[in-house]
Amino acid sequence: MNHLLSTEHLDRSTLEELLDEAEGFAEVLTRPIPKVPALRGKTVATMFFEPSTRTRLSFEKAAKALSADTVSFSPGTSAISKGESLKDTALTIRAMGVDLIVVRHTATGAPWRLAEWLDIPIVNGGDGAHQHPTQALLDCLTIRQRFGSLDGLKIAIVGDIKHSRVARSDIFAMTTLGAEVILVGPPTLLPLDPEAWPVSVSHDLDSVIEEVDVVYLLRVQTERGGASVFPSLAEYATRFGMTPERFSRLKPEAVVMHPGPMNRGVEISYDVADDERALILEQVTNGVAARMAVLFRLLGGEHDA
Amino acid sequence: MHDLLLKGGSVLTHEGISVTDVAIANGRVAAIGSDLGEAGETIECGGAWVGPGFVDMHTHLREPGQEWKENIASGTAAAAAGGYTALLAMPNTDPPIDSAHLARYVSDQAFRARNAYVVSAGCLTMERAGERMAHLDELWDAGVRIFTDDGDTVQNASVLRAAMEYVAQLGGVVSQHAVDRDLSAAGFMHEGSISSRLGMQGIPREADDLTISRDIELARLTAVRYHVQHLSTARGVALVKAAKEDGLPVTAEVTPHHLMFDHGEVLSMDANYRMTPPLREPSDTAALIEGLRRGIIDVVATDHAPHAAVEKDVPFEQSMSGVTGLEWAASVVNGVVGLDQHDFFDRISIAPARIAGFTDHGQPLAEGAAGNIVVFDPDKRWTPSSTRSRSNNSPYLGRELTGKVRATLLDGVLTYAE
Ligand SMILES: [Zn+2]
Repeated sequence: MNHLLSTEHLDRSTLEELLDEAEGFAEVLTRPIPKVPALRGKTVATMFFEPSTRTRLSFEKAAKALSADTVSFSPGTSAISKGESLKDTALTIRAMGVDLIVVRHTATGAPWRLAEWLDIPIVNGGDGAHQHPTQALLDCLTIRQRFGSLDGLKIAIVGDIKHSRVARSDIFAMTTLGAEVILVGPPTLLPLDPEAWPVSVSHDLDSVIEEVDVVYLLRVQTERGGASVFPSLAEYATRFGMTPERFSRLKPEAVVMHPGPMNRGVEISYDVADDERALILEQVTNGVAARMAVLFRLLGGEHDA
Repeated sequence: MHDLLLKGGSVLTHEGISVTDVAIANGRVAAIGSDLGEAGETIECGGAWVGPGFVDMHTHLREPGQEWKENIASGTAAAAAGGYTALLAMPNTDPPIDSAHLARYVSDQAFRARNAYVVSAGCLTMERAGERMAHLDELWDAGVRIFTDDGDTVQNASVLRAAMEYVAQLGGVVSQHAVDRDLSAAGFMHEGSISSRLGMQGIPREADDLTISRDIELARLTAVRYHVQHLSTARGVALVKAAKEDGLPVTAEVTPHHLMFDHGEVLSMDANYRMTPPLREPSDTAALIEGLRRGIIDVVATDHAPHAAVEKDVPFEQSMSGVTGLEWAASVVNGVVGLDQHDFFDRISIAPARIAGFTDHGQPLAEGAAGNIVVFDPDKRWTPSSTRSRSNNSPYLGRELTGKVRATLLDGVLTYAE
């Protein structure tokens, strides 16, 4: 593995190795001094062309927990607003002696371009509506911690799958690890060609709610491409939201997940979000461990924890 | 003594096709036959096709205003290497060609470069804004015969209807880049399984089909000669076929890239596969090939659209739309469609010249006619590795093609020889 760009072509053993590694780092993060010297002397750069503090902080925390240095680049404060090309920006950052770049970009494929232009590992921190592989790793880690394995689990991904890089990454990672995935949403938010995906599809959350082990709720946006894609937030919440009533119909061991930031009251009701079976904060914690595993794997550090 | 002798080619004349010699003197075809006597220079054609130089009715030469991408000298040099002797320059320059002096400027620059004959298309509306008519009378007087806002579509049906009525009375052609703005605006590629996989906003086929359908009805209403640019969908081919069956003066073109590639190429996320209309599905490609074979699609047009590296070596969605094509269009069409010599020259030379109103180009060879000729070897395999264009945004570089231009003559003078 030279880069982490997508979950689409990751095989089961690679995914499991990364999750095992992440499991170990999750333990490190519970220690009084949550830090190992594995990547001392290495520098990790984050280049985020989309405003996202959460993911960037998570990567920086992961790098620091491995004793790597971090530099951070965001377009608002830099040459990109003066018209410098992505390629020149990337080459400039590389020339500073950076060992790995985490890139988030609004355009599909931007991390692939960086991987062509540069001779260092690239991690896709989210490209357009395409891929967000570290999110899939942290989600799978969270599920595995809860259930021991993804094998045979039924996972419903609910909401705007069509425009979601989280869904595209999760679908491949979860099914490769043996789970069954059901996409749930109105037709305007589902992929055009679900038959091409390793999934089944439902327009009715209530018809699947009692059989699933995980309900993965996606964040809702009301407008896409200048056209409204569902009638109103209230109607969305009624049909596809995790209401207390739906929550009570879940299997007793079933859990609720969300990639954040949540719209409480829309895709998830206020109270459900705080329930012990809503794993949203575990996901955040596991995000650091999963990203540590990725950085460690790509930078080939020595694990002497 | 003749200036040049093309010896032993398969020559297309008004009488048909035969293996013979063509002698050139004083810029014209002096004689066709055998034992034509001495010449200053002789090209052994070895059975290669000899016919009228290719005519492209959809070229972006970028001058005036975007010379970092291409200029008239470099674009016509690429054209000559691709066997072209005449081009219709698209008017989406900066400033756009909405007035007579700008159209004259383009032809004058081409005349100086002496690589190809160039006439500019004129804008349909001022500044290509889709609102007020361009200076259609003045453009007509400057030699413009084809009117289009290419790159943009005239969206307002009422504006288009009036412009069509006006151009119909002049005797010109309305040519449309037919894409519905609302259905296509947010999209980057064909809407289908690949866009879905990549999470990229797609452009449905209906963005083209709806506009073509509307335009054909307005052409019926106004009796204007109407030309559909760069067809990309199977349904578009069917709409053109139906219009022709109704007896409407409707013509259509297809680009080499829509004949050769489909949306599967976009999985690479390489910006050299970004174009408008987008590469669509294999079923569309098949319909386009069949449409060209049967003559439902009249013309192969390159949509040669140069963009500098800084505009293409970027993520797909941030890149400019378009690819270059003049130097290998004939090779692509020959390799992919496999037309016979007669139909090949019809689609790439004779039909576009007829639609564009070029009288000295796109005619089967005849004694006394202007020496605008190409020698094309349909069997030769080769792999393009460089370009005469100022830009190299081409998906064909590095791909093996079948058929190669051996020589191009403009008014009897070699503009390209292998
Ligand atoms: Zn166009």
